[in-house]
Amino acid sequence: MVQFTLPKNSKIRTGKTWPKPEGAKNLRKFQIYRWSSEDGQNPSVDTYFIDLDDCGPMVLDALIYIKNNIDPTLSFRRSCREGICGSCAMNIDGINTLACIYGLDEVKGDVRIYPLPHMPVVRDLIPDLTHFYAQHASIMPWLETATNTPAKEWRQSIEDRKKLDGLYECVMCASCSTSCPSYWWNSDKYLGPAALLHAYRWIIDSRDEATGQRLDELEDPFKLYRCHTIMNCAKTCPKGLNPAEAIAQIKKMMVERAA
Amino acid sequence: MRYLTPRKRAEGLGSARRGTEHHIAMTVSGWALLFIVPVFVFAFARILGHGFEHFAGFFANPFIAILTGLFLFVGMRHFAKGAQSAIEDYCHGFTRDAFVMLANAVSYLVIAAGFYALIKLAL
Repeated sequence: MVQFTLPKNSKIRTGKTWPKPEGAKNLRKFQIYRWSSEDGQNPSVDTYFIDLDDCGPMVLDALIYIKNNIDPTLSFRRSCREGICGSCAMNIDGINTLACIYGLDEVKGDVRIYPLPHMPVVRDLIPDLTHFYAQHASIMPWLETATNTPAKEWRQSIEDRKKLDGLYECVMCASCSTSCPSYWWNSDKYLGPAALLHAYRWIIDSRDEATGQRLDELEDPFKLYRCHTIMNCAKTCPKGLNPAEAIAQIKKMMVERAA
Repeated sequence: MRYLTPRKRAEGLGSARRGTEHHIAMTVSGWALLFIVPVFVFAFARILGHGFEHFAGFFANPFIAILTGLFLFVGMRHFAKGAQSAIEDYCHGFTRDAFVMLANAVSYLVIAAGFYALIKLAL
């Protein structure tokens, strides 16, 4: 159900302002969302100052700098630091993206960092993605076949393989789904851009033999047709993918088999 | 507290196996309105400011009468289906059902009233 105001216990208060580093010449101000279930307080936005001459060029470098040198209680997910694992997805300067491949020079003014929007927060910048992953699992993200497995391999032409480009690269960071207003209001039923992009990746795979079954499972006013082509997903995807186009292709296939 | 697994929550009641007919209807009526609306507005604008007799004669023209009928029917059904999508986005439960019924009722009421007026004017 749509919510136009934050619940009382989610209203953000002003947090702690950490001291500026001494002797710093290239200072940058960071405003970072903080929340922990342990203290029973509302979320807050803490202010940090970093000497950019002493820090790497990416937003993730700044977060690691803060954790290592200023506030070890700051929590966030990270792993590969090169845009492959999708762990460090967060809202930076109003855009859902990966902190590891988002440069500090791309942000004008203060750097405002929040967790992915409209998701339950586990702590600080860590969203609870349990439902998101369960939705991904529900679209059967694997090759489904009825034919006996060939002795050597499932063969695929170069042309058919090319159809998977722009789909297989998705790292499931959830930036797209959490930027989608339809997903904000109806994530209990709507699968969201990421799960639908993955669904299309398996529908279009020439080796998969469950195309009809996959389309059957998606044909629903909420699971698929909540996409209103808002295009936030394509705009925000840190990997440059276009989930909206994948969803449009699924809709085209639905029309094709209905006609 | 319900001890449902994440997968159970994600699956919900499963697929409704419908929605495509709504999508096709919206696409077809959208394309139809792209032609009907400008032609109707252009034709209607030409007789604005004239008296009742002129209006009655205008709607007695078979082309204009059919165009107006299509404008009413296709336009209001497109409105009702579009409103249903918007209502389903923002409302759940009984509120959703009530508003969807209201949107459809308004659509059929306007179509019926429009057809009645059109027939009265045209005949």
